[in-house]
Amino acid sequence: MTERVPVLKIGETLLVSIQTDLEDQMVMDLQEDLSNRIVDTGAKGVVIDISALEIVDSFVGRMLATNASISRVLGAETIVVGMRPAVAMTLVELGLSLNGVRTALNLERGLKLLRRLGAERA
Amino acid sequence: MKDFGAAGVTAEAIPVANSSDVVSARQTVRNLSQRSGMSLVHQTKLVTAASELGRNMLIYGGGGVVRVAAVTDGGRSGIFVEFRDQGPGIGDIELAMTDGWTSGNGMGLGLSGAKRLVDEFDIETGPSGTTVRIVKWGR
Repeated sequence: MTERVPVLKIGETLLVSIQTDLEDQMVMDLQEDLSNRIVDTGAKGVVIDISALEIVDSFVGRMLATNASISRVLGAETIVVGMRPAVAMTLVELGLSLNGVRTALNLERGLKLLRRLGAERA
Repeated sequence: MKDFGAAGVTAEAIPVANSSDVVSARQTVRNLSQRSGMSLVHQTKLVTAASELGRNMLIYGGGGVVRVAAVTDGGRSGIFVEFRDQGPGIGDIELAMTDGWTSGNGMGLGLSGAKRLVDEFDIETGPSGTTVRIVKWGR
């Protein structure tokens, strides 16, 4: 069995901090875990911290985009935070635009953005 | 493109039979490119390309062997990576190299995207397998 990425709940927000080099199976498990946790907790926001990720390839990029879409359908906004500059440059050259994925520079700004989005919605 | 892999005495070979082997292969690429003094951006591009090609080899070629070597050419030094599988080969190579085209459930960026991320890219394919060779020159 492969490792799973923990999904933490803080208030109405789910926090996912990816700390290890992701195997494809972990990526698929995370997608399922996150969808289930949104429904179970009624979370309104999801923050995915990728600051420890050395690369984001098309598989992980697709997971981030799909997660954002699934979360939105389930009533939660997703913010991806902490992308390294080299990763951002590589992603663009690879041809991944991460359409529909909101990003913020770091966790603090990501949480601030979620609060603002929540306030707009309320 | 020169077959740097055959000449590279320092080549490391990593058999790839499952997705955790793809992680090992890209870690080997990362370590070797770090040791060669390649810039972080170049390292990231090379490792990302290796991840795409390693996964392709696993999904479409049924796995194979990844060889990684530090190489030099004239005054330049770089990292060479070869992905060799014994899969059914790619029917229409031009189509497969097109952005957005996929025969599986990927995003269709594997081959074309990986090519953009490296300096040299070479692909040979036939009914007895596919070999992709890439080089990223250091800076």
